[in-house]
Amino acid sequence: MSPALGLFILAAILLLLFIFLRRKSSGSFRIIDAYERLNRSVGLAVEDGTRLHISLGRGNLFTARGGSALAGLAMLRRLAERTSVSDRPPIATSGDASLAILSQDTLQSGYRAAGAEEQYRFTTGRLTGLTPFSYAAGTIPIIHDEYVSTNIIVGDLGAEAGLLVEASDRENANLIAASDNLSAQSIFYASSQEPLIGEELFAAGAYVGAGTPHEASLNVQDVLRWLIILAIIVGSLVKFAGALI
Amino acid sequence: MRVITTALAIVVGLFVLAGYFFQVGPLVELQVRLIDGAIIIAGMAILVGIFNLAAVQMEKFRARQKGGMYGILLVLSLVVTFGLGLIFGPENPYMRLTVEAIIIPVEASLMAILAVTLIYASIRLLRRRVDVMSVIFLVVALVFLFLMMPTPFGPIPGDRAMIDFLGMFSRGGARGLLIGIALGTLLTGLRVLFGVDRPYGGN
Repeated sequence: MSPALGLFILAAILLLLFIFLRRKSSGSFRIIDAYERLNRSVGLAVEDGTRLHISLGRGNLFTARGGSALAGLAMLRRLAERTSVSDRPPIATSGDASLAILSQDTLQSGYRAAGAEEQYRFTTGRLTGLTPFSYAAGTIPIIHDEYVSTNIIVGDLGAEAGLLVEASDRENANLIAASDNLSAQSIFYASSQEPLIGEELFAAGAYVGAGTPHEASLNVQDVLRWLIILAIIVGSLVKFAGALI
Repeated sequence: MRVITTALAIVVGLFVLAGYFFQVGPLVELQVRLIDGAIIIAGMAILVGIFNLAAVQMEKFRARQKGGMYGILLVLSLVVTFGLGLIFGPENPYMRLTVEAIIIPVEASLMAILAVTLIYASIRLLRRRVDVMSVIFLVVALVFLFLMMPTPFGPIPGDRAMIDFLGMFSRGGARGLLIGIALGTLLTGLRVLFGVDRPYGGN
């Protein structure tokens, strides 16, 4: 059995186990400032009649980058449900056509869950460009002109994320930003008040109340991370001992 | 219907995954066929996405929203280039000129704006957040830029050694972040495979 298959089976078993355990007793998570701010912003947007803009990036679902896009969609589903009654419904933008269609489906699911499916408009899930900079160029007018109070940038983006962050800053809008791309992460670190680093992107679902499986995923990630740390330390010691002998 | 889409997604996902783990002839062939089918659907999705883009811009114009005229300009450009592309083909010199004389320069100018934006962001970093990590972030970025920049006197003495030494820490940090992202991606994929997350409208 290959190590990758072993890791996959272990992760699957742990996920099922933690979903079962979480259903019996819910645990608590450490506070992540960005998600605290996001939850406050969602409430404020509904109250003051402004809009959430969720940028899902350009994560192609046929590549490994699709993981961040799926994490963004899970968050979008929950946010759509919570803000569907707002005067100005949330807008989701994508730089990949398949992702744009999935964002429309996800928004519709959120509206349906909130009992407001008739208010759903397919133009709230938008494809704004198919190349990195055309995506940024198509998204910036939404940030400027569509009464956006909070920009949530979650997904696979590159350096063009800097343009989106700058546009958000000019409008004094709240910014919650996370990416699986290291260039985008460094830009977000420099540009946002409370940056989300590394795997914190994948915690989005759990922190916006997307359900037990999302919380269980975080537990499994923690267990696997400790196993990997242990493997790295043991591997280093074995190599060191081998060099001494 | 929802049950069918969920079942289809799970079964297709499991077969594609099995094709990666077990290199058995029929399984690999099935995996290739399934991926080919998905790529064709994704190609159609681009057309649907472009229709969505045009519909949004037309709606902006109809509702007399700000920038509506730009929307009409975009739709007209789209129709003209798409029509000419169908007639003459993408290899036509005039079609290539459209890309080389309009799209590439516009994207290059956005890249230039980005460079200025990033410098401005780095200047404001310490105004936004003063902590040890921010200072380290800024100092390391400046040191790397200094070591990598061309000078009129040739390379800075010892620049390679310094880059290698500092790069050791940044590469380690980057690998740590990537391991975390890989684990997050794995668990996200598992949730989709288990049918817990159904971004295709199933929940």
